[in-house]
Amino acid sequence: MQKVAVIRFPGSNCDVDSLNGAKRVGTDAYLVWHRDIDLKGADAVILPGGFSYGDYLRSGAIARFSPIMQAVQRFAQDGGPVLGICNGFQILCEAGLLPGALMRNARLSFVARPVAVRVEQTDTAFTNRYRKGDILRMPVAHGEGRFAADAATLRKLEAEGRVVVRYVDLDGSPLKDGEINGSLNDIAGIANAEGNVVGLMPHPDRAADPALGNTDGLGFFASVIGWAHAKGVGR
Amino acid sequence: MHYRVHVRIVPRAGLLDPQGQAVEHALTALGFKEAANVRIGKAIELSIDAKSAEDAKGRARVMCDKLLANPVTEDYLVEVEG
Repeated sequence: MQKVAVIRFPGSNCDVDSLNGAKRVGTDAYLVWHRDIDLKGADAVILPGGFSYGDYLRSGAIARFSPIMQAVQRFAQDGGPVLGICNGFQILCEAGLLPGALMRNARLSFVARPVAVRVEQTDTAFTNRYRKGDILRMPVAHGEGRFAADAATLRKLEAEGRVVVRYVDLDGSPLKDGEINGSLNDIAGIANAEGNVVGLMPHPDRAADPALGNTDGLGFFASVIGWAHAKGVGR
Repeated sequence: MHYRVHVRIVPRAGLLDPQGQAVEHALTALGFKEAANVRIGKAIELSIDAKSAEDAKGRARVMCDKLLANPVTEDYLVEVEG
Protein backbone atom coordinates (compact mmCIF):
# COMPACT_ATOMS: atom_id res chain seq x y z
CA MET A 1 0.00 0.00 0.00
CA GLN A 2 1.18 3.49 -0.90
CA LYS A 3 2.51 5.43 2.11
CA VAL A 4 1.69 9.13 2.23
CA ALA A 5 3.28 11.44 4.82
CA VAL A 6 1.28 14.56 5.69
CA ILE A 7 3.56 17.06 7.44
CA ARG A 8 2.08 18.88 10.42
CA PHE A 9 3.62 22.27 11.18
CA PRO A 10 2.67 24.43 14.15
CA GLY A 11 -0.27 26.32 12.64
CA SER A 12 -1.24 23.74 10.02
CA ASN A 13 -5.02 23.45 9.97
CA CYS A 14 -5.79 21.32 6.90
CA ASP A 15 -3.52 18.46 7.87
CA VAL A 16 -6.41 16.19 8.80
CA ASP A 17 -8.34 17.08 5.62
CA SER A 18 -5.30 16.07 3.56
CA LEU A 19 -4.90 12.93 5.63
CA ASN A 20 -8.53 12.00 5.03
CA GLY A 21 -8.28 12.71 1.30
CA ALA A 22 -5.24 10.48 1.00
CA LYS A 23 -6.88 7.71 3.03
CA ARG A 24 -10.06 7.90 1.01
CA VAL A 25 -8.25 6.84 -2.17
CA GLY A 26 -6.76 3.86 -0.35
CA THR A 27 -3.31 5.03 0.69
CA ASP A 28 -1.72 4.44 4.07
CA ALA A 29 -1.54 8.08 5.13
CA TYR A 30 -0.07 9.33 8.40
CA LEU A 31 0.95 12.59 10.05
CA VAL A 32 4.60 13.55 10.52
CA TRP A 33 5.49 16.26 13.04
CA HIS A 34 7.65 19.06 11.65
CA ARG A 35 10.42 18.37 14.18
CA ASP A 36 10.87 14.82 12.94
CA ILE A 37 13.73 14.29 10.56
CA ASP A 38 12.53 11.20 8.76
CA LEU A 39 9.59 10.60 6.44
CA LYS A 40 9.17 7.01 7.64
CA GLY A 41 9.39 5.37 4.23
CA ALA A 42 6.89 7.66 2.52
CA ASP A 43 6.08 7.19 -1.18
CA ALA A 44 4.58 10.69 -1.31
CA VAL A 45 4.55 13.81 0.87
CA ILE A 46 1.84 16.42 1.37
CA LEU A 47 2.48 19.86 2.85
CA PRO A 48 -1.01 20.88 4.00
CA GLY A 49 -2.77 24.21 4.25
CA GLY A 50 -2.86 26.46 7.28
CA PHE A 51 -0.82 29.25 8.79
CA SER A 52 2.47 27.64 9.74
CA TYR A 53 4.30 29.76 12.33
CA GLY A 54 1.45 32.26 12.18
CA ASP A 55 2.64 33.39 8.72
CA TYR A 56 5.32 35.39 10.59
CA LEU A 57 7.80 37.23 8.36
CA ARG A 58 6.21 35.78 5.17
CA SER A 59 3.89 32.82 4.61
CA GLY A 60 5.97 29.67 4.61
CA ALA A 61 9.26 31.49 5.24
CA ILE A 62 9.92 29.91 8.61
CA ALA A 63 8.36 26.50 8.01
CA ARG A 64 10.86 25.85 5.26
CA PHE A 65 13.57 25.65 7.93
CA SER A 66 11.70 23.04 10.01
CA PRO A 67 13.83 19.95 10.64
CA ILE A 68 11.58 17.74 8.47
CA MET A 69 12.07 20.02 5.46
CA GLN A 70 15.59 18.72 4.88
CA ALA A 71 14.13 15.26 4.36
CA VAL A 72 11.41 16.72 2.12
CA GLN A 73 14.06 18.55 0.04
CA ARG A 74 16.05 15.35 -0.47
CA PHE A 75 12.91 13.34 -1.20
CA ALA A 76 11.78 15.88 -3.82
CA GLN A 77 15.22 16.09 -5.42
CA ASP A 78 15.27 12.29 -5.72
CA GLY A 79 12.02 12.47 -7.67
CA GLY A 80 9.62 11.75 -4.81
CA PRO A 81 6.12 13.20 -5.25
CA VAL A 82 5.50 16.28 -3.08
CA LEU A 83 2.19 18.18 -3.07
CA GLY A 84 1.87 21.60 -1.43
CA ILE A 85 -1.66 22.85 -0.83
CA CYS A 86 -2.19 26.55 -0.03
CA ASN A 87 0.31 27.21 2.79
CA GLY A 88 2.11 24.10 1.53
CA PHE A 89 2.50 25.81 -1.88
CA GLN A 90 3.88 28.90 -0.14
CA ILE A 91 6.38 26.72 1.74
CA LEU A 92 7.50 24.99 -1.50
CA CYS A 93 8.15 28.38 -3.13
CA GLU A 94 10.03 29.66 -0.09
CA ALA A 95 12.08 26.45 -0.07
CA GLY A 96 13.00 26.91 -3.71
CA LEU A 97 11.38 23.62 -4.73
CA LEU A 98 9.02 25.62 -6.93
CA PRO A 99 9.78 28.96 -8.61
CA GLY A 100 8.05 32.26 -7.88
CA ALA A 101 6.31 33.52 -4.78
CA LEU A 102 2.80 34.00 -3.37
CA MET A 103 2.10 37.62 -2.53
CA ARG A 104 -0.68 39.54 -0.80
CA ASN A 105 -3.95 39.25 -2.77
CA ALA A 106 -4.34 42.14 -5.21
CA ARG A 107 -7.46 43.45 -3.48
CA LEU A 108 -6.13 42.90 0.04
CA SER A 109 -9.12 40.80 1.03
CA PHE A 110 -8.81 37.29 2.36
CA VAL A 111 -10.57 35.19 -0.30
CA ALA A 112 -12.53 32.21 1.03
CA ARG A 113 -14.97 30.75 -1.48
CA PRO A 114 -15.40 28.00 -4.06
CA VAL A 115 -13.56 28.67 -7.32
CA ALA A 116 -13.12 26.80 -10.59
CA VAL A 117 -9.82 25.82 -12.11
CA ARG A 118 -8.98 24.29 -15.47
CA VAL A 119 -6.53 21.39 -15.52
CA GLU A 120 -3.70 22.47 -17.85
CA GLN A 121 -1.16 19.72 -17.27
CA THR A 122 -1.85 16.07 -16.48
CA ASP A 123 1.71 14.73 -16.69
CA THR A 124 2.42 15.34 -13.01
CA ALA A 125 2.42 13.18 -9.90
CA PHE A 126 -0.82 14.77 -8.74
CA THR A 127 -2.95 15.43 -11.84
CA ASN A 128 -2.55 12.31 -13.98
CA ARG A 129 -6.04 11.11 -13.06
CA TYR A 130 -7.58 14.15 -14.75
CA ARG A 131 -7.92 15.07 -18.40
CA LYS A 132 -6.54 18.28 -19.85
CA GLY A 133 -9.34 20.85 -19.85
CA ASP A 134 -11.24 19.33 -16.92
CA ILE A 135 -12.92 22.02 -14.83
CA LEU A 136 -12.61 21.36 -11.09
CA ARG A 137 -14.46 23.16 -8.33
CA MET A 138 -12.50 23.61 -5.15
CA PRO A 139 -12.49 26.13 -2.30
CA VAL A 140 -9.75 28.71 -1.83
CA ALA A 141 -9.01 30.30 1.54
CA HIS A 142 -6.01 32.60 1.46
CA GLY A 143 -4.81 36.15 1.96
CA GLU A 144 -1.52 35.66 0.12
CA GLY A 145 -2.19 33.68 -3.02
CA ARG A 146 -1.19 36.05 -5.80
CA PHE A 147 1.37 34.11 -7.81
CA ALA A 148 4.29 36.32 -8.82
CA ALA A 149 7.46 35.57 -10.75
CA ASP A 150 9.85 37.50 -12.97
CA ALA A 151 9.03 37.64 -16.68
CA ALA A 152 11.62 35.03 -17.67
CA THR A 153 10.35 32.52 -15.08
CA LEU A 154 6.77 33.08 -16.13
CA ARG A 155 7.62 32.55 -19.81
CA LYS A 156 9.48 29.35 -18.94
CA LEU A 157 6.61 28.00 -16.83
CA GLU A 158 4.15 28.59 -19.66
CA ALA A 159 6.47 27.32 -22.42
CA GLU A 160 7.26 24.13 -20.52
CA GLY A 161 3.63 23.42 -19.68
CA ARG A 162 4.28 23.73 -15.96
CA VAL A 163 1.12 25.67 -15.14
CA VAL A 164 -0.90 22.79 -13.70
CA VAL A 165 -4.19 24.52 -12.87
CA ARG A 166 -5.49 27.95 -13.86
CA TYR A 167 -8.38 29.91 -12.39
CA VAL A 168 -11.40 30.17 -14.70
CA ASP A 169 -15.04 31.17 -14.35
CA LEU A 170 -17.36 28.49 -13.05
CA ASP A 171 -18.49 27.92 -16.65
CA GLY A 172 -14.89 27.45 -17.80
CA SER A 173 -14.42 30.80 -19.54
CA PRO A 174 -11.39 32.99 -18.72
CA LEU A 175 -11.62 35.18 -15.64
CA LYS A 176 -12.05 38.88 -15.85
CA ASP A 177 -8.80 40.71 -15.14
CA GLY A 178 -7.21 39.90 -11.81
CA GLU A 179 -10.21 38.26 -10.28
CA ILE A 180 -9.75 36.03 -7.19
CA ASN A 181 -6.28 37.19 -6.15
CA GLY A 182 -4.51 38.86 -9.07
CA SER A 183 -2.23 35.92 -9.89
CA LEU A 184 -0.10 36.32 -13.02
CA ASN A 185 -1.84 34.57 -15.93
CA ASP A 186 -4.52 33.39 -13.46
CA ILE A 187 -2.09 30.75 -12.22
CA ALA A 188 -3.56 28.62 -9.43
CA GLY A 189 -0.90 25.91 -9.35
CA ILE A 190 2.44 24.94 -10.91
CA ALA A 191 4.85 22.02 -11.10
CA ASN A 192 8.61 21.63 -11.19
CA ALA A 193 10.25 20.52 -14.45
CA GLU A 194 10.04 16.83 -13.52
CA GLY A 195 6.37 17.01 -12.50
CA ASN A 196 6.96 15.35 -9.13
CA VAL A 197 6.55 18.58 -7.13
CA VAL A 198 3.21 20.38 -7.44
CA GLY A 199 1.83 23.36 -5.52
CA LEU A 200 -1.58 24.97 -5.73
CA MET A 201 -3.60 27.50 -3.75
CA PRO A 202 -7.07 25.87 -4.05
CA HIS A 203 -7.87 23.04 -1.64
CA PRO A 204 -8.35 19.58 -3.17
CA ASP A 205 -8.41 18.36 0.44
CA ARG A 206 -11.64 20.30 1.02
CA ALA A 207 -13.21 18.78 -2.09
CA ALA A 208 -12.51 15.16 -1.31
CA ASP A 209 -15.44 13.92 0.75
CA PRO A 210 -18.79 12.80 -0.74
CA ALA A 211 -20.49 14.01 2.45
CA LEU A 212 -19.53 17.56 1.46
CA GLY A 213 -21.04 17.16 -1.99
CA ASN A 214 -17.82 17.66 -3.96
CA THR A 215 -15.09 15.15 -4.72
CA ASP A 216 -13.38 17.07 -7.55
CA GLY A 217 -10.15 17.14 -5.56
CA LEU A 218 -9.82 13.40 -4.99
CA GLY A 219 -7.85 12.99 -8.22
CA PHE A 220 -4.88 14.80 -6.66
CA PHE A 221 -4.64 12.13 -3.97
CA ALA A 222 -5.35 9.24 -6.36
CA SER A 223 -2.87 10.41 -9.03
CA VAL A 224 0.12 9.75 -6.84
CA ILE A 225 -0.64 6.02 -6.72
CA GLY A 226 -0.23 5.45 -10.44
CA TRP A 227 2.65 7.90 -10.70
CA ALA A 228 4.91 6.29 -8.15
CA HIS A 229 4.52 2.92 -9.85
CA ALA A 230 5.05 4.35 -13.32
CA LYS A 231 8.19 6.26 -12.36
CA GLY A 232 9.55 3.73 -9.90
CA VAL A 233 9.81 6.41 -7.23
CA GLY A 234 9.76 5.53 -3.56
CA ARG A 235 10.86 2.35 -1.88
CA MET B 1 31.62 43.92 19.48
CA HIS B 2 27.86 44.22 19.18
CA TYR B 3 26.48 46.29 16.36
CA ARG B 4 22.89 47.43 16.13
CA VAL B 5 21.71 46.68 12.62
CA HIS B 6 18.66 48.04 10.81
CA VAL B 7 17.25 46.09 7.90
CA ARG B 8 14.69 47.66 5.62
CA ILE B 9 12.72 45.38 3.32
CA VAL B 10 10.61 46.81 0.50
CA PRO B 11 8.53 45.24 -2.23
CA ARG B 12 10.53 45.18 -5.46
CA ALA B 13 9.89 48.16 -7.72
CA GLY B 14 7.36 47.37 -10.40
CA LEU B 15 5.57 44.70 -8.38
CA LEU B 16 2.03 45.46 -7.33
CA ASP B 17 1.90 46.56 -3.70
CA PRO B 18 -1.79 46.54 -2.75
CA GLN B 19 -1.05 47.68 0.82
CA GLY B 20 0.87 50.68 -0.46
CA GLN B 21 -1.95 51.53 -2.88
CA ALA B 22 -4.59 51.33 -0.15
CA VAL B 23 -2.59 53.59 2.17
CA GLU B 24 -1.94 56.03 -0.67
CA HIS B 25 -5.69 56.24 -1.30
CA ALA B 26 -6.28 56.87 2.39
CA LEU B 27 -3.67 59.64 2.44
CA THR B 28 -5.28 61.24 -0.60
CA ALA B 29 -8.69 61.01 1.06
CA LEU B 30 -7.23 62.79 4.11
CA GLY B 31 -6.10 65.64 1.90
CA PHE B 32 -2.42 64.74 1.58
CA LYS B 33 -2.48 65.28 -2.19
CA GLU B 34 1.32 65.58 -2.22
CA ALA B 35 1.83 61.92 -1.23
CA ALA B 36 2.60 59.44 -4.02
CA ASN B 37 4.30 56.11 -4.68
CA VAL B 38 3.58 54.66 -1.23
CA ARG B 39 5.32 51.31 -0.72
CA ILE B 40 4.93 49.21 2.42
CA GLY B 41 7.64 46.89 3.60
CA LYS B 42 9.16 45.81 6.88
CA ALA B 43 11.76 47.10 9.28
CA ILE B 44 13.82 44.58 11.25
CA GLU B 45 16.29 45.56 13.96
CA LEU B 46 18.84 43.21 15.41
CA SER B 47 22.17 43.11 17.23
CA ILE B 48 25.02 41.32 15.54
CA ASP B 49 28.22 40.26 17.25
CA ALA B 50 30.97 40.95 14.71
CA LYS B 51 34.56 42.15 14.40
CA SER B 52 33.67 45.30 12.52
CA ALA B 53 30.70 47.26 11.23
CA GLU B 54 31.55 45.98 7.77
CA ASP B 55 31.41 42.36 8.98
CA ALA B 56 28.10 42.99 10.73
CA LYS B 57 26.71 44.41 7.52
CA GLY B 58 27.94 41.42 5.55
CA ARG B 59 26.37 38.96 7.97
CA ALA B 60 23.08 40.87 7.86
CA ARG B 61 23.11 40.67 4.05
CA VAL B 62 23.54 36.90 4.22
CA MET B 63 20.61 36.76 6.67
CA CYS B 64 18.51 38.76 4.21
CA ASP B 65 19.42 36.46 1.33
CA LYS B 66 18.63 33.33 3.32
CA LEU B 67 15.57 34.33 5.31
CA LEU B 68 14.69 37.95 5.98
CA ALA B 69 13.81 38.95 2.41
CA ASN B 70 12.23 36.99 -0.41
CA PRO B 71 14.60 37.17 -3.37
CA VAL B 72 11.70 36.92 -5.82
CA THR B 73 9.63 39.84 -4.56
CA GLU B 74 11.62 42.02 -2.18
CA ASP B 75 14.70 44.24 -2.00
CA TYR B 76 16.53 45.14 1.18
CA LEU B 77 18.77 47.81 2.62
CA VAL B 78 21.13 47.23 5.57
CA GLU B 79 22.40 49.99 7.85
CA VAL B 80 24.72 49.59 10.83
CA GLU B 81 24.57 52.06 13.74
CA GLY B 82 27.63 54.00 14.80
